[in-house]
Amino acid sequence: MSFAKSLRCRECHREYPLAAIHVCEFCFGPLEVAYDYDAIRRNTSRESIAAGPASLWRYRNLLPCDANAAVDIGAGFTPLIHAKNLGKALGLPRLYIKNDTVNPTWSFKDRVVAIASTRARELGYEKLACASTGNLANSVSAHAAAAGMDAVVFIPHDLEAGKVLGSSIYGPTLVKVRGNYDAVNRLCAELAGSYNWAFVNVNVRPYYSEGSKTLGFEIAEQLGWRAPDHCVVPIASGSLFVKIRKGLDELAKIGLIDPPRTRMSGAQATGCSPVAVAWEEGSMNFRPQRPNTIARSLAIGNPADGYYSLVQLRDTEGACGNVNDEEIVKGMTLLAETEGIFGETAAGVTVASLKQLAERGRISPDELTVAFITGAGFKTSEAVAEALRPPLEVEASMESFEQACEALQKAEVPA
Amino acid sequence: MALKRVRFTFPEEMIKEPVIHRMGHEFQVVTNIRMADVDEHTGWVVLEIEGDPGEIERSLAWAQSRGVRVDPVGGDIVEG
Repeated sequence: MSFAKSLRCRECHREYPLAAIHVCEFCFGPLEVAYDYDAIRRNTSRESIAAGPASLWRYRNLLPCDANAAVDIGAGFTPLIHAKNLGKALGLPRLYIKNDTVNPTWSFKDRVVAIASTRARELGYEKLACASTGNLANSVSAHAAAAGMDAVVFIPHDLEAGKVLGSSIYGPTLVKVRGNYDAVNRLCAELAGSYNWAFVNVNVRPYYSEGSKTLGFEIAEQLGWRAPDHCVVPIASGSLFVKIRKGLDELAKIGLIDPPRTRMSGAQATGCSPVAVAWEEGSMNFRPQRPNTIARSLAIGNPADGYYSLVQLRDTEGACGNVNDEEIVKGMTLLAETEGIFGETAAGVTVASLKQLAERGRISPDELTVAFITGAGFKTSEAVAEALRPPLEVEASMESFEQACEALQKAEVPA
Repeated sequence: MALKRVRFTFPEEMIKEPVIHRMGHEFQVVTNIRMADVDEHTGWVVLEIEGDPGEIERSLAWAQSRGVRVDPVGGDIVEG
């Protein structure tokens, strides 16, 4: 069973049944799941959560679907690491990394798709669908396979081979759409409105986005049932950014942590930075952009939750990093070389933004800060390939090896 | 007849132009502004457009050719 009681418009607060709808018919505001928090409070304790499975389903009472019928491939409950080396490099001794690269399809999208696919099956859908440049496609394909559902996945025609393979291995109907970003977007918006499929981030979006709350639940539990002082989160649609904070607020609402005073900061790539630019200009109106960045998993030019991200930045006194492609690559290598975590380009955006915000005094060294690493680096290995040192190549002799080491040592000593 | 919901974003230089009014004159479509927010630098309007599907597409292409950005109301569908 679930304690979800209705869908509610975020703008006008009109209530709707728990169906596959995502937009208020009156004001076009987004619909969000509303819960019976009194009942959740009565039925949930730190101990009952700790006794649950080592996955996001340990927070079953705060999710909008029946965990007993979950589509469960093991998403969630990923490590939270005290990043001492990276923290030292950035002057942030209380820095933690939430490592979501270790999810079943190597990105945080497994959290949202676990919830969307479970709810879609409850609602009687037989087909899961999405339009994606990589991570979401992988996760929808995998969850559909595990759920015994069909998957229809739309991808841009120029997607890298590695990302295509990461979906096709699970056997979905994979559709390459010819055209630019806007054209793919337009077609998929039309398809989502025309077919009776569970389009995970469209008609079942209210449930889908609830999956991101589990990141907020987990960091609080892993910190010993307390909210961090500061979170740094990559912003694409903005949903992840907003829902992490909702997760912290909900834990406080049911009495498991003190009310959070967490500052929420964002991270965007300069080549797709509608939220960062609006924040820099002090505006609550973002201007949609045409994405042009190596961080394709963050390339949403017209973010659905862009406005709510700006509200959250303002209300929590957060800041928004805005970093270029070169900084993104440096961020990826810095994370790998200091913490042994190979994150994708979005991770590079987060780490480079951490650096930028720390240098500008936007993050205090005293703050317990959590940075969210949302996807694994092998998905975007081409982005860093050229920036990495090539291997030493030697003959099969001791002499050749030692010569190569000597040459390397000389090259590394500054003149 | 079809009904389409879109979001228009106006660049600064177009804020004073009556684009939606002209669109309704040039094409056989009925426009209905449902939400809007305009300041001196930028502005957006959520618009319902009713008419023949082909005429709606032609009217949107015309608006785009004038410099208006046209997007789905609920934000981008393609995700990472």
